[in-house]
Amino acid sequence: MARFLGYRLIQSAFLLLGVSIVSFGLMHLAPGGPLSLYTLNPTVTAQDIERVKALFGLDRPVHVQYLKWAAGMATGNWGYSFFGGRPVVDIVLDRLPATLLLMGTALALALVIGVAVGILSAGRRNSVFDYASAVAAMVALSLPTFWFGLLSIFTFAQTLRWLPAGGMVSTGGGGFVDRLEHLILPVVVLALVLVAQWSRYTRSTMLEILDQDFIRTARAKGIRRSRVLLNHGLRAALVPLVTLAGLQVPLLVGGALVTETVFGWPGMGMLFLSALNTRDHPVLMAILMVGAVMVVLGNLLADVLVALIDPRVKLGHG
Amino acid sequence: MADATLMAVTIAPPRAGLLKRLVRHRLSILALVVLAVLVVGSAGAPWLAPHDPEELDLASRYAPPFAAGHILGTDDLGRDVLTRLMFAGQISLAVGIAAMLVTVVVGFSVGAFAAYYGRWVGTVLMRLTDIMLCFPSVFLLLFVAAFVTPSLASMALMIGLTCWMEIARIVYSQILVLKSADFIAAAQMVGAPSWRIILRQILPNTMAPVLVAATLNTANAILLESYLSFLGYGIQPPEASWGNMLTNAQSDFQVDPWLAVFPGIAITLAVTSFNFLGDGLRDALDPRTAGR
Repeated sequence: MARFLGYRLIQSAFLLLGVSIVSFGLMHLAPGGPLSLYTLNPTVTAQDIERVKALFGLDRPVHVQYLKWAAGMATGNWGYSFFGGRPVVDIVLDRLPATLLLMGTALALALVIGVAVGILSAGRRNSVFDYASAVAAMVALSLPTFWFGLLSIFTFAQTLRWLPAGGMVSTGGGGFVDRLEHLILPVVVLALVLVAQWSRYTRSTMLEILDQDFIRTARAKGIRRSRVLLNHGLRAALVPLVTLAGLQVPLLVGGALVTETVFGWPGMGMLFLSALNTRDHPVLMAILMVGAVMVVLGNLLADVLVALIDPRVKLGHG
Repeated sequence: MADATLMAVTIAPPRAGLLKRLVRHRLSILALVVLAVLVVGSAGAPWLAPHDPEELDLASRYAPPFAAGHILGTDDLGRDVLTRLMFAGQISLAVGIAAMLVTVVVGFSVGAFAAYYGRWVGTVLMRLTDIMLCFPSVFLLLFVAAFVTPSLASMALMIGLTCWMEIARIVYSQILVLKSADFIAAAQMVGAPSWRIILRQILPNTMAPVLVAATLNTANAILLESYLSFLGYGIQPPEASWGNMLTNAQSDFQVDPWLAVFPGIAITLAVTSFNFLGDGLRDALDPRTAGR
């Protein structure tokens, strides 16, 4: 196990190194450079810009800038925002809990509903329920998240007035119930796509398993169908399902960004968008990296879990 | 396990699978019909549209559907919504299809080079693919879009360049399998150059999964374009795209809720159709899933 873990850790570290090089490179290819906004301001002189460049180290060679930035990222010194001058690490970490709350709740909800629908579909293959859930999943996968979010705000917040239209908590603060009410719409909107994926994937995985000998043996022994489905089938489906959870992280992180911008949820996605408007490079880079770190960690975690569940996996890499 | 599968196939009543395939098939046909309507409607917009897309009718702003000679009503400037939807369709569908082409060309080239030449070329290209897959594509896309002047071509290029990884992986693994096939060895033996082997032997044999992925990619590209344009980093007004027609939906909702509905339906119809088509193609092309 230690060997497998070490192998995967080193692999992840190299991935992150590549990720950092790509995002730093992108940043430098950006036309106009980080200070393009200042050049439009008539009160800022050329000397001022040179001074700011020197201050942020932007006048040095690219590889020096990269090494300095990468070392900073690794040690928690993520630079300072171009606007306001707050440390980037503080700005981003302020927003991280909100995003994690949204993502975690949506993932949990999607897991429960999606797996349940998938098992039911597989258990009653070719039934009306099976077809209906297949079509519903396809439509759910095709709905633009931001439009679904807008419609749900119009319906449940502005017309029916059941739930708040956005934000994380009412102005002036609110208790647990108030926070919960704010959470419902964004979580449902974010979870929809995930539910669709989980239900389709669970269904096809279960169908593959239900074809196998040990299921037939269990049935032949006289164990009830529902029990075979849950005890034998679901246990065998665990490995592919955990793998899917890992693969879903990019979708989850991207979906959270879209959902946050529609609902004004004060997380990393909103921060990314406002930093994009002001071209606040250090903040953008940091969020890009945090997003990629989440993806890499998600995959790593899924792989380790799979190795714990299924000992055969470790041998393949050892 | 092979025996079990065989047995299951012979024991299962033949009608069950057939029914399913028929329904799937019907949905794909329906998807094709919807797509045909969307394509004809938007490509033929200059001739079919009831109004001019930028014609202002300030006397009847925010008209509801079927009012004042506007079938789907008018927007905040009194422009005809149906007309704008049709013209917007040109942009949105074109971006989706062009982005898909970029995805396929880049993805195929990366995957094919990596698999065919192997060694360090293959390692570098496939590790690059792994790295690119670590970025949630929406972040990457928004980041690039903020620094590029948006146009139809730049949008297609940006979306294509952030979404090619999946096809690269498919092509890579397909070719690794093909490389050891006898007919490739035969082509090499008679002295065919590698570009010829890639184009004439390998390309046709990887077409099926790539075609499926390309169709699903078109759906995804349309979604991404609509989101970029919705946020204001995509197609710029007064030119219409399905996404930027929704930009003001939130502020206009109290006045005219219909403005938020129709563009979203257009996007959903197009994306659902491409997804169903891709799904149908997968079933039709992959014999293993035919019974499922």
